[in-house]
Amino acid sequence: MTQALAKNERYQAQFKGIVDGSSPEWLDGLRRQGMKDFSSLGFPTARRGNENWKYTNINAIANAEFDIAPASDVTLEGLKQSAPWDDDWTTLVFVNGRYSADLSNPSTDASVTVGSISELTRSNGNILESHLTSIAPTANDGFAALNTAFVQDGAFVHVAEGVDLETPLHLLFVSTANETPFITHPRVLVVAGKESNATIIESYVGVGEGKYFSNVVSEIILEAGAQVDHYRLLDESDEAYHVGVARVSQGDDSSFSSAAFYNNVRLGRHDLLVTIGDGCETKLAGLYITTGRQHVDNFINLDHTKPNSTSRLFYKGILADRSRAVFGGTVYVRDGAIKTDSLQSDKNLLLSPDAEIDSKPALFIWADDVKCGHGATAGNIDRDTLFYMRSRGIELEEASRLLIYGFAAEIVETVKLKSLSDHLERIFLDSLPRYSFEF
Amino acid sequence: MLEIKDLHVSIDETEILKGINLSVKAGEVHAIMGPNGSGKSTLANIIVGRPGYTVTRGEVIFEGQNIMQMFPEDRAKEGIFLAMQYPVELAGVRTWQFLKASVDALRKHRGEDQFSVRQFDRLLDEKRQIMQIGEDLIRRSVNEGYSGGEKKRNEILQLLLLNPKLALLDETDSGLDIDALRIVAEGVNTFKNSDNAVLLVTHYQRILNYITPDYVHVLLDGRIARSGGKELAEELEDKGYEWIIKDVAAAAS
Ligand SMILES: Nc1ncnc2c1ncn2[C@@H]1O[C@H](COP(=O)(O)OP(=O)(O)OP(=O)(O)O)[C@@H](O)[C@H]1O
Ligand SMILES: [Mg+2]
Repeated sequence: MTQALAKNERYQAQFKGIVDGSSPEWLDGLRRQGMKDFSSLGFPTARRGNENWKYTNINAIANAEFDIAPASDVTLEGLKQSAPWDDDWTTLVFVNGRYSADLSNPSTDASVTVGSISELTRSNGNILESHLTSIAPTANDGFAALNTAFVQDGAFVHVAEGVDLETPLHLLFVSTANETPFITHPRVLVVAGKESNATIIESYVGVGEGKYFSNVVSEIILEAGAQVDHYRLLDESDEAYHVGVARVSQGDDSSFSSAAFYNNVRLGRHDLLVTIGDGCETKLAGLYITTGRQHVDNFINLDHTKPNSTSRLFYKGILADRSRAVFGGTVYVRDGAIKTDSLQSDKNLLLSPDAEIDSKPALFIWADDVKCGHGATAGNIDRDTLFYMRSRGIELEEASRLLIYGFAAEIVETVKLKSLSDHLERIFLDSLPRYSFEF
Repeated sequence: MLEIKDLHVSIDETEILKGINLSVKAGEVHAIMGPNGSGKSTLANIIVGRPGYTVTRGEVIFEGQNIMQMFPEDRAKEGIFLAMQYPVELAGVRTWQFLKASVDALRKHRGEDQFSVRQFDRLLDEKRQIMQIGEDLIRRSVNEGYSGGEKKRNEILQLLLLNPKLALLDETDSGLDIDALRIVAEGVNTFKNSDNAVLLVTHYQRILNYITPDYVHVLLDGRIARSGGKELAEELEDKGYEWIIKDVAAAAS
């Protein structure tokens, strides 16, 4: 307890420089409220009786002494090596939490507002004020509260009503690790106006070696009839911590389709809640590949609040070495959300006897006339499968490689952007972990 | 080419093959028939080295070499191939990729270079035509969602690509319509020459109208109960297995 308190004091001290009178009063109000809420909530280190954190221990985050992230630079060439990139995309780059105008490639399209939150408070104050924290409140989540207290630069995207945005938007958060552990508070707010259409990529990429903590909050708001294709890539440094609180709100008849990829991170948690309106479509795909002693926790909640919506959750994991993954996927079908059609599955391939998966898909249904299903599997490579390949002359090593590749490729192939799938192929498929069971 | 001597095989302590003797020479076609559960697939599987079986006695000699201790991939490289009764589905592995990996593995073993994509496609196109397998099929995951007949044709496509010395066909004719049966038979006949051999497991005489066997063996309860020429298959088609079962029983008492 004293330790946790000391941490809070550390963040309180860091907070002193944040509210400096340069921002509008409403934003400072949010920050103060965030700090206040964090001070009382702290980090969720108590796991007993706390189902949401049962399998993930975040003491390493709570006990670490993170500095405010130092200003840092990366070269465009370096960036193109380590992150997905396409010169034709609209790209906002943040280095250690700071917006980099030099590296960014902002939009020239008048129908879309894309830029850093701190800059846009001047020109787009109203819409920011009415949406920021609207679906990721600070009152019940320590991480979201802490992030909000330190909101400065961050990505704000507003797609105007009826606009069909053809250029993908890439929000790229880079951390340059070094010997001093630091914390960043990346923030994303996307408002997709009525009947608009957009493709958004969120990337969290680490360069260099060392500890840092990306404490992320994303809010994605789809107004009625909007359609958003969303990609999320986690490729932090080997020693990095990452907690992402993501909230998606789907207005009636909207469609949200997302693919999430987890490559590098020491300890990663993605807490995603999608609140689904009437007549919506929701598709969530995911692929996590864990090696070494990595730990990846997907905590996904789909809340069907109204009738006639379809949701599909399809995640896959490949676990090697002593790594561990947690998958908690829960679908709620509220009273009155009739004709909900929901399927979720989480399939895991265990490559080592020391890897561990805790997969807990769940369903809570209060409505009648719904179609829901869920399933989770975890297994090794099947002996008959291997035998079939070996009987064609394919060596064990190559046979298992082809199977692991095939398992991962199924998710990578859902990506519709060529530059992104090329990058994913490079970081995932070209360096897949090996099967380490005895055959 | 293949010598099987007094082969006894068990699964979980239960003896399935109870002393098989069989000799197959280059240029020959042998048909193996017999009731369900008599051990035909077990015999085919043991020759290619499928795990899960215990050899309690006897040996299998392929080209002068006892192969019982060899890995399945090494037997494939030596030129043994099995078209399986139940081809396995490989989720996410494209058929094209799988076929190329197989062909490359065997080429590597022979000290040949890997095929370029273009070289491989040329070979594949030629064999696909014989088996009447469309391009779309080889872009899909191996056997996933393939119809029964497509799976069997895909097995023979592999036979043609890998061109082994000994081809074992386990009920490749089962579940095929008349046209598919003809295509499969044509594939096997394209493969067949005086330097290789075919061991064909079947329940039906009709495939033997296309692929003429030199010998027909009847497997009963883990033993070869009778061997003969192709007329034996016709006799079985007429009379079933009952008369052989009776003969065996009479001989035993
Ligand atoms: N993995 C196994 N575990 C236990 N018993 C098995 C296994 N595989 C085969 N058997 C048994 O061995 C016996 C022979 O099976 P096999 O598959 O060789 O028969 P078959 O002659 O090919 O039959 P069919 O004509 O139905 O294909 C059967 O009784 C079968 O149940
Ligand atoms: Mg059989």
